[in-house]
Amino acid sequence: MSFELNGRTYDTDEEGYLTNLADWNEDVAGYLAREEKVDMTESHWEVVNFLREYYNEFQIAPAIRVLTKAIGKKLGPDKGNSKYLYELFPYGPAKQACKIAGLPKPTGCI
Amino acid sequence: MAAPTFETPKFRDIPIVPVLMPQAMAASRPFVAAAPIQQALGFPGELVPDWEQKAIAKLGELLGKYRSLRVYLDACVHCGACTDKCHYFIGTQDPKNMPVARQDLLRSVYRRHFTVAGKLFPKLVGARDLTKELLDDWYTYFNQCSECRRCSVFCPYGIDTAEITMAAKEIMNSIGLGQKYTNEILGKVHRIGNNLGLPGPALEDTLLGLEEDIAADTGVEVKLPLDAKGAEVLLVTPSADFFSEPHVESLIGYAKVFHQAGISWTLSSHASEAGNFGMFVGNYEQMKKISLRVRQAALELGVKRIVVGECGHAWRVAYSFWNTLAGPWDFLDSRYPAPQHICEVTHDLIQRGALTLDKEANDHRIITFHDSCNVARASRMGGTPGGQFTIPREIIKSVANHFHDMHPDTIGEKTFCCGGGGGLLTDDLMELRVKGALPRMEALKQVVDEHKVNFMATICAICKAQFSKVLPYYGFDMSMVGGVHQLVSTAIRLGAKE
Ligand code: SF4
Ligand code: SF4
Repeated sequence: MSFELNGRTYDTDEEGYLTNLADWNEDVAGYLAREEKVDMTESHWEVVNFLREYYNEFQIAPAIRVLTKAIGKKLGPDKGNSKYLYELFPYGPAKQACKIAGLPKPTGCI
Repeated sequence: MAAPTFETPKFRDIPIVPVLMPQAMAASRPFVAAAPIQQALGFPGELVPDWEQKAIAKLGELLGKYRSLRVYLDACVHCGACTDKCHYFIGTQDPKNMPVARQDLLRSVYRRHFTVAGKLFPKLVGARDLTKELLDDWYTYFNQCSECRRCSVFCPYGIDTAEITMAAKEIMNSIGLGQKYTNEILGKVHRIGNNLGLPGPALEDTLLGLEEDIAADTGVEVKLPLDAKGAEVLLVTPSADFFSEPHVESLIGYAKVFHQAGISWTLSSHASEAGNFGMFVGNYEQMKKISLRVRQAALELGVKRIVVGECGHAWRVAYSFWNTLAGPWDFLDSRYPAPQHICEVTHDLIQRGALTLDKEANDHRIITFHDSCNVARASRMGGTPGGQFTIPREIIKSVANHFHDMHPDTIGEKTFCCGGGGGLLTDDLMELRVKGALPRMEALKQVVDEHKVNFMATICAICKAQFSKVLPYYGFDMSMVGGVHQLVSTAIRLGAKE
């Protein structure tokens, strides 16, 4: 599968996750977010950027506790919990935010 | 991942046999695994040209290997006792989800090629050739069976549809028709050591973070050691325990139990997964390869005991198959069961008074227990029959004051699957998962209404993930589900014992 954006074609897997990590840019993220019906605010970007940083270092999305702690540090302790992350990404921070961040979908017993 | 659209089933007033809706789930098919995923497991990359002959040959091979398969395919008298016992049939009303109908998908081909009557008078005995159309039905409906074995409890001949489903999946893989979710995960566990694909450094970083969290919460330095040579216990647990809510709460619970009991323990980065999807796809070699990682890790770390965390099918594989797959375990301390379930460990410690528990700490919770299918119907726990039912419940009652069981027809041996077992816990099967959860949700609703239950404990990573996802479809909060050791974690008092 694939989609077109600004005259370029981007390959995705069956579920719309970018196939090629390096294809990601903010416009692509904006497009993927619109597809997910997620309105990107600054808080959304904080999450997406953290996911990308973490992925670059560890080749996997961060565990939920790692993510909530990092977001709590950036956005304030009242935001450092999974309830807040679900408000930002209703389909689940791991799967939906990873998609917008251009990362592979985390799968397992999750 | 926008949510797919379909209608959540309504709770039924009286749970009677549902009205049939033929072909209701004909469109529910998980993604087919692409060539690289298949080839990494040694399966053909795509449907092979002579798939029909290959499939029949494979069926023949399996019949020779597993006597039980032939017995199950021969013994059914179509009495109908199993028809309304499957959660997927109840939730979807699709007659092809009746266990006997599911079995017949394979049985008809078996009769055609492996029985005299079927070879001579196929029509008379319901024998069919394996056409492309039938193969499509195999893929669709064998991927709507969570291998939970509930139907087998009600079958007078004990026919186990789960084994038939596993055989069908093994045949399909052997001709290049694999399911993406399970097979991608199998690749990750071989490559990286766990289903999630969490590499060692990420695991280490995650565990350090958890140690900080526990210290901040309790003021006590509880460790989550990784690759600690010479530890007494190797804990193998589903990788979801590292990654997800509510799973991680149980991991913290195990750590506190070991800490408080003074048992030295370790996790392994090589065997950082208890789950074994090899079983879901009915493939012995995959199952063995994954099990051997645990053996290698145990030997390398020089541990004396192996304990398995909260994971249903992991416990089935460990309890029933590890000995053949990866044994003998004669290098372990023979005074303990090998393997041992974390619930057995905690239960023993509670019995011996080795843990200080503050039940009142769980007073905000009114608890019920969901028996996970693979623990309930495919394994045991402790030294007495039915231990797999009593031990988790006794733990809960030792750490909390409010406990109510769900309807007796929906627990214990007759428990309903969560709806996401057997390799079906994937987003592309969300409609099936939501509908298959109906009977469990109905039983939960009853205790919610009667006793104000607000927490459903379970000891399986798949159950936890599945319920977190489907509870909201039925009007419940996703955080209503959690682990038994999450409750232990809340109640356990750390520090010196008075
Ligand atoms: S094993 Fe479970 S899911 Fe499969 S047919 Fe039987 S009851 Fe249904
Ligand atoms: S209960 Fe057993 S014998 Fe009866 S129809 Fe089902 S599988 Fe066949």
